[in-house]
Amino acid sequence: MNTRLSAITLNTFREAVRDRVLYNLIIFVLLLVASAPLFSQISIGMQRLILVNVGLSSISLFGVIIAIFIGTGLVSKEIEKRTLYTILSRPVRRWEFIAGKYFGLMMTLAVNAGLMTLGFYIALFITQSGLKHADAWMLVSIYFSVLEFLVMTALTLLFSSFSSPIFAAIFSFALFVIGTFADDLRNFAALAQGVTKWLATGAAYAVPNFASLNVISQVAHDQHIAGKLILYNTVYALLYSAAVVIAAVLIFERRNLK
Amino acid sequence: MHAIEIDNLTKSYPVGFWKKQFRPALKGLSLSVERGETFGFIGPNGAGKTTTLKLLMGIIFPTAGSAHILGKDIADAEIKKKIGFLPEQPYFYDYLNPSELLDYYASLSGVSATERKKRIPELLERVGLADSARKQLRKFSKGMLQRVGIAQAIIHDPEVIFLDEPMSGLDPIGRHEIREMIQGLKDAGKTIFFSTHILSDVEALCDRVAVVHKGELRGIGVMNELRSSTGGKTEVIWEGSGSVPRVTQLLMESHVTGDLVRATVASENLDTLLARLREYQGRLISVTPLHGTLEQYFLSRTSEPEAARV
Repeated sequence: MNTRLSAITLNTFREAVRDRVLYNLIIFVLLLVASAPLFSQISIGMQRLILVNVGLSSISLFGVIIAIFIGTGLVSKEIEKRTLYTILSRPVRRWEFIAGKYFGLMMTLAVNAGLMTLGFYIALFITQSGLKHADAWMLVSIYFSVLEFLVMTALTLLFSSFSSPIFAAIFSFALFVIGTFADDLRNFAALAQGVTKWLATGAAYAVPNFASLNVISQVAHDQHIAGKLILYNTVYALLYSAAVVIAAVLIFERRNLK
Repeated sequence: MHAIEIDNLTKSYPVGFWKKQFRPALKGLSLSVERGETFGFIGPNGAGKTTTLKLLMGIIFPTAGSAHILGKDIADAEIKKKIGFLPEQPYFYDYLNPSELLDYYASLSGVSATERKKRIPELLERVGLADSARKQLRKFSKGMLQRVGIAQAIIHDPEVIFLDEPMSGLDPIGRHEIREMIQGLKDAGKTIFFSTHILSDVEALCDRVAVVHKGELRGIGVMNELRSSTGGKTEVIWEGSGSVPRVTQLLMESHVTGDLVRATVASENLDTLLARLREYQGRLISVTPLHGTLEQYFLSRTSEPEAARV
C-alpha cells in the first residue's frame, strides 16, 4: 500500500475511533455478557439458540448501521467542511482518496466485528459453561458478515460520492433491504414472464445478494457450511465491492467539488 | 520559467434544471507570476478569486484554458509536492492535534518519517503553537487555526504557496501575526500567490497585483506603478511667492504662507513649472510625486464595466 493510501486509511480509522463510534461496541459487549445468565432462565435447551441468533444478528446489523452512518458522510463531510481542499492540493490522486476512505472504514468495521465476536464468545462460554466444537462454525457466519460489510461500505461510498448524506443513507439502506431478500427476487424472476422476467432477472443480479451471506440459522442449529459456499461468497463479495468502488472512483474523478 | 503561468483559464457552471445554461465564474484569465514574487490577487467577493485557486489546486476542472506551475501542467499530481495551499476559512480535522495533523499532511506530501519527526516540532515552534501541540484542534481559536493552516501549507517546504484570504475573520493581532509569517516566507524566497479583498495587506506585502472582477482580469502591474497610475500629480514646494501669478495657470492648487509656496501640479506640467521657477529665481525646496492609493486603483478598475483595460 502506498504512503498516501495508508495515511488516508489510518486517518479514517482514527476519526471513527475518536468520534466514539466504537464505544457502542463496549456497550454491546457488556450488555451481551451481562445478559448471558438471563438466557439460561428463558427455557431449557433454547438459551444457546437465542443467544446465537441475537449475537450473530447484532454483529451483522451493528456493522451495517455503522457502514451506512459513517460511509455516507465519508466524502460529503470532507467536501462540506472543505478538508478535502487541503488533501487534493497535495499529490493525492482522487482514487487514492476514495480507496483510502474505503479501507479505513473497513478497518473500523473489522475491529468492530472482532470486538463484538469476543463479547459474543464470552457470553456463549458463560451460558454453556464452556465452548463446543460446533461453536467454531459461528466464525463462518461472522466472516460472512464482514463480507457483507465489504459490499455495504462500497455501496455507501458510491452513493456518498455523488449525493447528499441523507440520500446516500436512504439509497444504501434500501439496497440493504432489497439485497436481504435477493433470493425472493430471484424466485420471482424465475416465475415471471416476458419483459417482467427480464427486468426482474436483471434487478436480481444487479442488487447485492445478502441473502446468501446470511447463514445464522444454519450455524445456530450446528449445521456445517460448505467450503464451496465460503469460496463463492468470498469471490462474489470481493468482485462486487471492487466493481462498486471502481464506479465510485470514476464518478469522483470527474466531479467538480464546489 | 515562470512560477505560475495561467493561460485563458475559463470556468462556467451549468445552471437551471431543465434548460441548462452556463454561468461564467472565470472568463479567460491569463497571467504569470515570477519565481520569488509575492503576488496579490485582489477582487471583491464573488470576483472569481477562489474559483481560480480551486482550478489551480485541481479541486474543480477548467471549462477551457490551461495553467502551469513551475513549468508543469496543473493536472500533473507530482507538481503538488512543490505547492502549499491555505484555503479560505480553513477547517481541519478537529479530532486531531496539530502534531498529528501536520504528520498526516506531511505524509500525504511525501515527506519521510524521519524528516517529519524533525520538521513538525520546529514548525510548531515557528508558528507559535509549540505549547498547544497535543491539544485537539476543536479547542483552538480562529487565529490559532489560521496558524495551523499556514503550518500545513508549508510543512513540506513548498516552492509556491497559495493563500486564499489568509486574514479573513481575524482580529488585528491575528492579522499582524499572519502578516509577519507571510513576510517570513517572502524573505525565505518563496513564491506567494495571495488572494484577498483586504487591500492594506496587499500594499504591505505584495510586489505585484492583479485585480479581478466579475470573473475578468481588470488590471495587473507592479504596486508602485499601479498607485502612480491613479496619482499623476506632484507636490512642489519653493520659496518666492512673487512668482505665483506667473505660474498660476500651471498649478492645480496652491497655498502661500509668507514667502513659502506649496503647490500641486499635474505631472505633465512639472517640467514647465520647474523651468519657470528657475527663470523667476524661486528657491526650490522639494518635489514629491503624489501616489494614488491601491484603493483608488482598485475602485477605478472594478467600477468600469468593460474588460479591455489590462
